[in-house]
Amino acid sequence: MCWWGSIEMSIELKMPALSPTMEEGTLAKWLVKEGDTVKSGDILAEIETDKATMEFEAVDEGTITRILVAEGTDGVKVGTVIATIAGEGEDTATAPAEAAKAAESAPPAAAPAAEAAAPKKAESGTSKLASDKAAVTADPAIPAGTEMVKTTVREALRDAMAEEMRADGRVFVMGEEVAQYQGAYKVTQGLLDEFGDKRVIDTPITEYGFAGVGTGAAMGGLKPIVEFMTFNFAMQAIDHIINSAAKTNYMSGGQMRCPVVFRGPNGAASRVGAQHSQNYGPWYAAVPGLIVIAPYDAADAKGLLKAAIRTDDPVVFLENELLYGRSFEVPKIDDFVLPIGKARIVREGKDVTIVSYSIGVGLALEAAETLAGEGIEAEVIDLRTLRPLDRETVLRSLAKTNRMVVVEEGWPVCSISSEIMAIAMEEGFDDLDAPVLRVTNEDVPLPYAANLEKLALVDADRVVKAARQVCYK
Amino acid sequence: MARATRPTSRQPAARKSPARSNAPAAAAAAAAEPAIPNRERPAQPERYEASKEELLGFYQQMLLIRRFEERAGQLYGLGLIGGFCHLYIGQEAVAVGLQSALEAGKDSVITGYRDHGHMLAYGIDPKVIMAELTGRQAGISKGKGGSMHMFSVEHKFYGGHGIVGAQVSLGTGLAFKHKYEGDGGVCMAYFGDGAANQGQVYESLNMAELWKLPIIYVIENNQYAMGTSVARSSAEDQLYRRGESFRVPGIQVDGMDVLAVRGAAEEALAWVRAGKGPIVLELKTYRYRGHSMSDPAKYRTREEVQSVRDNSDPIEHAKKELEAMGVTEDALKEIEKEIRARVAEAADFAEQSPEPEGGELYTDVLVGQY
Repeated sequence: MCWWGSIEMSIELKMPALSPTMEEGTLAKWLVKEGDTVKSGDILAEIETDKATMEFEAVDEGTITRILVAEGTDGVKVGTVIATIAGEGEDTATAPAEAAKAAESAPPAAAPAAEAAAPKKAESGTSKLASDKAAVTADPAIPAGTEMVKTTVREALRDAMAEEMRADGRVFVMGEEVAQYQGAYKVTQGLLDEFGDKRVIDTPITEYGFAGVGTGAAMGGLKPIVEFMTFNFAMQAIDHIINSAAKTNYMSGGQMRCPVVFRGPNGAASRVGAQHSQNYGPWYAAVPGLIVIAPYDAADAKGLLKAAIRTDDPVVFLENELLYGRSFEVPKIDDFVLPIGKARIVREGKDVTIVSYSIGVGLALEAAETLAGEGIEAEVIDLRTLRPLDRETVLRSLAKTNRMVVVEEGWPVCSISSEIMAIAMEEGFDDLDAPVLRVTNEDVPLPYAANLEKLALVDADRVVKAARQVCYK
Repeated sequence: MARATRPTSRQPAARKSPARSNAPAAAAAAAAEPAIPNRERPAQPERYEASKEELLGFYQQMLLIRRFEERAGQLYGLGLIGGFCHLYIGQEAVAVGLQSALEAGKDSVITGYRDHGHMLAYGIDPKVIMAELTGRQAGISKGKGGSMHMFSVEHKFYGGHGIVGAQVSLGTGLAFKHKYEGDGGVCMAYFGDGAANQGQVYESLNMAELWKLPIIYVIENNQYAMGTSVARSSAEDQLYRRGESFRVPGIQVDGMDVLAVRGAAEEALAWVRAGKGPIVLELKTYRYRGHSMSDPAKYRTREEVQSVRDNSDPIEHAKKELEAMGVTEDALKEIEKEIRARVAEAADFAEQSPEPEGGELYTDVLVGQY
């Protein structure tokens, strides 16, 4: 991608995006100063986001004329002009002292004109997915008056692993880039420093192999956390997850345990195309012998990951890349562990029940807000655990509202939505005043083009429409 | 450097398995130079010098496996054992020779679905194994695993895995555990010539060498992956070399001679226990029966099977050596009688034990209550 926009006499260097979802970052360090001559490939600066640090390279030759954003500046919006460069033969006479002054006085957002001139950025369909809507109803598992700390989902997951590793020497983490690189998505950031390379282990790119190694280590009595860079890659390892891990206890008549946690991001990421964008929740939730957890907010991510590490059963723990950077309130409790297999009412209502999990919960909460404006009080349920499924909470809510919509960022066929609908049919038929509807992704491989991606993915508007429909409004 | 085990002078000259005549392993190995000649390699194993008592012990164990498997075959024919049932007849020297060198309670063993022999060689009660084959409550997996899925955590026997090759990475995980906990244990992971072509074997070899894990990869080369011979399935048919590209050394062993097997086990264990990382042992062996009970084994001739039985049978071989050591025919007959009685007892137990209660269907799916 080209970050260079040419204006008279000089070229503007703009804050680059390091990923399709990046909106802003920190200009950590300048490696050049005004007056320096640079050529293509020279490293100009280091840019940081919460998940990565990247070097920013020169693409053309020239002389740095002005540095407009000082190093150490946080919250620099993507597209902001951070420096200018003059090509060969151009006027480089700008006095460095004057430029420095300009840099000090130029706040990061002070380049609206340049931003406007930037090429139109195609907006990913996932921009509508990544809501950070928080639960309206307090979690009954958290005592009233508990101090809450804003924490990203990423940090919450890391904290859960670190706490469990401190508490139990058998717990270790393995996966691609989990140690020295600090995690491909920075979820394992800092673990290597604290626990060393015996317990934070970089593997080769060898999913089938290391999933087997983790499973075997669990059979031997250790408590491995196996990170998949994304669950798309776990397809290579699904044999060990299902045939080796899930069935061990049963096939051994209960004598051989397999307490392994397989975790990593799941579901659609932004603009990564069909092979990197799928929700495996329904796949794993179909398998007896597995626990499948898919949290939405940071508190659940922490409390449930700790529970997952502690249980003696094999767990598939499905995270979501688009949620990693979102912040939520996490209770400041010494050992915050949540129960596996319990859904949570994240917003109470009486007119319609919206059931969802993972990133769909944000959409459900967003839709509930819109619906409230129209006089429809939606009750939102976050399933949190997909297997075993908390049928009771779902059915109790259905008995109260008599109407139900299921929201799932995933395919519709043979899905968690299908399962919830079947449960409503089999066990809640008398409570239904309308057919249950599901709002899911379209039944196609996820396309790359931004507009098509947007068409394929669930959004809050569709949830609102479905809710109105079941309410006959 | 030649890695193939040649029959020693102590072996009867007539013993020549078709395995070796099919694949002139020794000659081929002699021609191949190691990729990095100055790399340390395990020494050529010596045939194990067993005392009379030791060899008697091996003989008894091999005979137990043989008679147990014959009985299992009969019970299968009677419909008392269902599904897949893979017999170990012909391969007895491998499990007995190798596992006799392990330390019980310290070293772990894992294998594929042809697992009865490895369990018996690890001293697991034949009654609970046979009762598992008949699908009874008293079976080692409460009747819920069957022939291919048996485990004994107590004996550090970790299965019994039905997916070809899965045990190789699982075993690498067990070795990881030995190293992580520093318990001094070694994992012995068995797999066949068929599994040797699975990708995860190489993923495992790579990690095991990278992390110097204490594991012995045992390739039981019985010449046929179900109906496909090694020659038809393996571009490199000298399977002991399969670790070379990961710097994992390999030794080829006569798997029909329990003392040659035991000797190789000693060498491999010395290598692994010294912290030098994994090692591959290729045991050239032969299964007399079909791949499973339902395999008529049309892919090989009767003569081929008969020739191995006549010339290379591991039990007959041990018997001759025992006789040469002065063990009387009566003493050997007495052993035979005892073993037949044990197997009969196991079979009776397996037939008479009740099937699992219906409620057992729902137990052991998960450990926790959620």
